Amino acid sequence: MPFKIIASQCTSCSACEPLCPNVAISEKGGSFVIEATKCTECIGHFDEPQCVAACPVDNTCVIDTSLPRYQAPA
Amino acid sequence: MSAMVGSGGYAKAAPDNGTMMQSAAEHKGCRTAAKTAQAGCGSRTSQGDLPSEIWEKVKKHPCYSEEAHHHYARMHVAVAPACNIQCNYCNRKYDCANESRPGVVSEKLTPEQAVRKVLVVATAIPQMTVLGIAGPGDALANPAKTFKTFELVAKAAPDIKLCLSTNGLALPDHIDTIVRSRIDHVTITINAIDPEIGAKIYPWIFFSHKRYTGIDAARILTDRQLQGLEMLSERGILCKVNSVMIPHINDQHLVEVNKAVKARGAFLHNIMPLISAPEHGTVFGLNGQRGPSAQELKTLQDACEGKMNMMRHCRQCRADAVGLIGEDRSAEFSTDQIMKMGVKYDLATRKAYQDRVEDERAVSVVALQQELTQFAAETSAIKVLVAVATKGAGLINEHFGHAKEFQVYELSTSGAKFIGHRRVDVYCQDGYGEEDRLSTIIRGIHDCHAVFVAKIGGCPKSNLIKAGIEPVDQYAHEFIEKSTIVWFRSYLDKVKSGDVQHEERGDAAIRQGALISAA
Ligand code: SF4
Ligand code: SF4
Ligand code: SF4
Repeated sequence: MPFKIIASQCTSCSACEPLCPNVAISEKGGSFVIEATKCTECIGHFDEPQCVAACPVDNTCVIDTSLPRYQAPA
Repeated sequence: MSAMVGSGGYAKAAPDNGTMMQSAAEHKGCRTAAKTAQAGCGSRTSQGDLPSEIWEKVKKHPCYSEEAHHHYARMHVAVAPACNIQCNYCNRKYDCANESRPGVVSEKLTPEQAVRKVLVVATAIPQMTVLGIAGPGDALANPAKTFKTFELVAKAAPDIKLCLSTNGLALPDHIDTIVRSRIDHVTITINAIDPEIGAKIYPWIFFSHKRYTGIDAARILTDRQLQGLEMLSERGILCKVNSVMIPHINDQHLVEVNKAVKARGAFLHNIMPLISAPEHGTVFGLNGQRGPSAQELKTLQDACEGKMNMMRHCRQCRADAVGLIGEDRSAEFSTDQIMKMGVKYDLATRKAYQDRVEDERAVSVVALQQELTQFAAETSAIKVLVAVATKGAGLINEHFGHAKEFQVYELSTSGAKFIGHRRVDVYCQDGYGEEDRLSTIIRGIHDCHAVFVAKIGGCPKSNLIKAGIEPVDQYAHEFIEKSTIVWFRSYLDKVKSGDVQHEERGDAAIRQGALISAA
């Protein structure tokens, strides 16, 4: 269940980048992005998703609900 | 190179006066201390009774020495974008090139770009003696970038002093690195030592992989700040504490903060006014939390003075600021520009220039002392504030119409005491006419009896007189302290002879155009 960063809200402050235990976060085109296949929600590493806890803008690091598994079955 | 605009206001020759300089070479005697001993010094204007090794550290640092800030320049490089706490007076989303405020910068630099910028600026502005890393986030929330930059600068420009600003949360973890990096000044922003009060200023912190909120967050932050301060003092690193004065939240409490930081070895305490307006989009801006008035700020600074050195000359410059304090030349040194500009870093030229500046300082100290001896026999309870338009070097050398800020001095028979700056540039030039600008200025210096300028037009002159502020232009290009004291003496004479009636003036507004950074 990977997280994603809402690019329009990201200030590119880089706070989240070094915190990710899976090195899933990097800068792309002036904003930061999460590589979905690497994100583990920090489970097994920390109690809280680190990117969410450190981000200065609320609701910027969020669960990516556009993924197929979150879509209502047809 | 044509892009180098360094000659302008900076390259003026220092007054050439060898003999006067000799006699004042030691900078002895504090300008405010003529009658009040060291307690009245504000932040140090001269060595006074400071131990020599500390004086050596602060003498050329514009932020630590009030006298130096007239003569030396500092720069900040914006290499530290991340922060580890949230302050209610900071909106980290907001970034605007028109806005000069700490914590907000238009460009982020890599450590390599930052070093290049330092060298370019040091070449163009030989009196640039201090490099600070203050943000735009928190220097210690970006330790790799911050310390890499310091390391590279120390190698390339060994005469530049390094300083670091932080909110203190990560400070205890980095003490050894700070000592190793040859950093000689650290500024910690401490707004409260009582977690109940801290909780009203900091909604959350991010600490050891967790987000803390409320009182827990404030308690951790306070403990870490005070612990870090103690550790640095033990290691002999000079520490300044910044506090933001927030009316009805921490204004009374800052007297306690002052005691606590003094007890832990802080060298200087800088109380800054909260600057808050709805358009900044900060929590305080949006919930209508106001900043203090000029009088409220001065009352608090006076209450803390005598307990320790207060710093009244902070202009709350932004994280990429370049220039003498109060003058921002950062637009000349954008990343594009610095990559094009030549680097001819030359220690000898810089040293020669700085020696001339030292002479200039010595001359102004002598001039003042000569004037003060005239007061030796006189005492009067009268104190007045005056505003001065200056471009630096301790001279009255700015036109009224060009001044973006005024320096305010308190005059009494014990001397001229610098008490702060008043910024008067309007938040946004569009839509404001000359009339509005003038009334902004008058509101900003409303507590002053007179305004000293190099030149002033007829229309603003008559408006000032109408507002009860005397425009004084006969001391153009002369020393500030000396001239204001001469004027004050004649003012006292007029009061004595009954020509003028001495009246207290009201309060003044602090310009609400800038925001305060987390560190
Ligand atoms: S939730 Fe954890 S693993 Fe996923 S991107 Fe954020 S920090 Fe990395
Ligand atoms: S912490 Fe938030 S604002 Fe900062 S770079 Fe990461 S996603 Fe963007
Ligand atoms: S923000 Fe304050 S302490 Fe920092 S350089 Fe500017 S005046 Fe000095």
